[in-house]
Amino acid sequence: MAKSRSELGQIIHGVARDPLGLMGLIIVGTIVFCAIFAYWIVPFDPVGMNIKSRLQGPSWTHLLGTDQLGRDTFSRVIAGGQVALQVALPAVFGAMAIGLTLGMIAGYGPKWLDNLLMLLFDTIRSFPTVMFALAVVALVGPSLQTVVFVVMATSIPTYGRVARTQTLTLRNSEFILAERSMGASMTRILGVHMLPNIVGVLAVLAAMDIPTVIALEAGLSFLGLGVKPPTPSWGALLKDGYSLIRQTPWLVVGGGLPIILATLGFTFLGESLRDVVDPKLRKQR
Amino acid sequence: MLLYATRRFGLALLILIVAVTVMFLMIRAVPGDPVQIMLGPRATPELQARLTAELALDQPIWKQLLIFYGNLMQGDLGIDVFSGRSVTEIVFQQLPHTLWLILGSITWSAALGIALGAYAAAHPNTVIDRVTAAISVSFVAAPAFVVALLSLLIFAVNLQWFPAIGAGEGFWGRLNHLVLPAFAIGLSWVGYIARLVRASMLEVMGESHIRTARAFGINERRVVMVYALRIAILPVVTVIGVGMGFLLSSAVFAEIVFARPGLGKLVIDSITTRNYPIVMGSVLISTGLFVVSTALADLINAWLDPRARTAK
Repeated sequence: MAKSRSELGQIIHGVARDPLGLMGLIIVGTIVFCAIFAYWIVPFDPVGMNIKSRLQGPSWTHLLGTDQLGRDTFSRVIAGGQVALQVALPAVFGAMAIGLTLGMIAGYGPKWLDNLLMLLFDTIRSFPTVMFALAVVALVGPSLQTVVFVVMATSIPTYGRVARTQTLTLRNSEFILAERSMGASMTRILGVHMLPNIVGVLAVLAAMDIPTVIALEAGLSFLGLGVKPPTPSWGALLKDGYSLIRQTPWLVVGGGLPIILATLGFTFLGESLRDVVDPKLRKQR
Repeated sequence: MLLYATRRFGLALLILIVAVTVMFLMIRAVPGDPVQIMLGPRATPELQARLTAELALDQPIWKQLLIFYGNLMQGDLGIDVFSGRSVTEIVFQQLPHTLWLILGSITWSAALGIALGAYAAAHPNTVIDRVTAAISVSFVAAPAFVVALLSLLIFAVNLQWFPAIGAGEGFWGRLNHLVLPAFAIGLSWVGYIARLVRASMLEVMGESHIRTARAFGINERRVVMVYALRIAILPVVTVIGVGMGFLLSSAVFAEIVFARPGLGKLVIDSITTRNYPIVMGSVLISTGLFVVSTALADLINAWLDPRARTAK
C-alpha cells in the first residue's frame, strides 16, 4: 500500500509540474469541491422561488442574476455541478469496470468469444450516441438513471477495446507465461497480474471521457429529456436560458460556462495524466 | 483490395443486422403494450385491434422480426400513425437538411484545421505553434450545443449578424442560415483536425522523400504544401468517416437550437408527440448512415495505404 501511495504521489506531482495539467487539476478540484459541499456553499436555495426578483441581471446579491422564477442562477450552477458528477462518475466507472472485464475476457479467452465480443462492441459503437440516447429515452422515459445507463452502454466498447489490446500484448509476455506454466488459474492471471497493468491506461481514458459524459447529460437535459425539473442541472439552465434568450443572456452564460470549464479542466487533466502515466499513448492518438 | 472491400462490407452488413435486431428487441422489451403507447390512452379498442394486426403484434416474436426485415428490404419502415404517410418518406424528406449541415460544418473546419495544423508543423515549437496547440485543446473542449447557444446569443440575438431560426430560402438565404449552426458543429473539429495534421505532418517531414526534395533545391513552401501536406492529410479522411456519428449527434442539437428542419428536429418532435415509428425509423437510418460512412472511410484508407488491408 505504501508503495502505491508514493506512486500516486509521483503521478500527481508529475501532473502538477505541467502548466496545463496544473490548471486542469485546479479546475477539476474546484468543481469536485463545489459539488461535494454544494449545499453549504450556495447563497440561496437552488430550487427556492422568489417571483418578486425574477429575471434580474448580475448583482452582489445574485452573482449571476436570477431566472424566470426568481431562483438564484449562481446557486443553481453550483448545485448543477453536483448533478453533473452524479451522472458522470457512476457512468464512467461502471463502463470502465464492465469494459475492463469484457475486454480482458476477449483478449485472453478463446477466439470465438473474442470475435463475438468484438462484434458486440462494434454494434454498440455503430449507433450515433445521441440518436441511441434519444431512442432509449423515447422508450423508457427521461430520468437520471436513463442517462447513466445510456452513457454506460455507449462507452463500454471504448474501454473494452483498449483493455483487449492491452491484454493481447501482455498475454505472451514472459511473466505471464511463467505464471501459466506454474499452473495459475485464469482468474489469478487476469486479476492479479494483468489488471494492474491495464487499469492505469483505462483511468486516463476515463478522465478524458468524463467531459463527454457531462456534455451528454447537459445536452439531454437541455432537450428536456434528461433530469427532470426543478433539479438544477447545467443543461436545464441552458434550456431555460434558450427559451428566455431575448430577455436575459445570463442563463445561457451561467449554464454554458461551467460546461466549457469542466470540459477544459478534465481534458487538460486527462492529457497531462496520459503523458505522465504512459508516454507511449501520446503517439497513438 | 477487392477481398478487403468484400470483407469490410460484410462486417458492416453484419453489424447493421445485429444493430437492427437489438433495436427491434429493445422496442419489444419495453414494458407495456406498444399499441397503447403509440395510440395513447384515448384510443378505441377497434383502433387498437387494427394497429395490432397491422404491426403483426399478435404473431410470435421471431415471425415479427422476419416480417420487420421483409419490410425493411423493401424500404418500408412502417406507417406514421398520425399522418398516415410512410416513415421512409418522412425521414428522407428531412435527411438532406441534416446532410447539408454536416457537409457545411466539416468543409470549413477541415479547411481551417488543415491550414492551422500544417502551419504549426512547419514552424514547430514557435510561439504560433504553442498558441495553435492551446487553441486546439480549447476548441476540442467546447461541446457543440453550448457553442451553438452562445453563438446564437452573441451573433444572432445581440449583434443580429445572422438569422436565428429556420433554414432559409434560395441559395444565399440557405447559406446565410447555415453559417451559425455549421460554425457551432465545426468548431471542435478545427482543433481536432489541426492536432491530427500537425502530428502526421511532423512524421512525414522526417521522411526521405522530403529530404530528397529539399536536396533538389525545391523551395520550402512547395515542399511543405505539395510534397508533405498531400500525404499528411490522409488521416483526416478516416477521422471524418469515423466521426460521422459525432457529427450526426451535434447536428441534432444545432437543429434544435437554430430551429432548423432536419433529422434531429424530426426525432425530438416525434419524441414529444410519442410518435415511435418515426423515432425508430430516424435512428435506424442514421445508424445505417454511420455504419456505411465508417466502412467507406476504412476502404479509402486501405486504398491509399495498402498496409491497412492486412492489419487487424
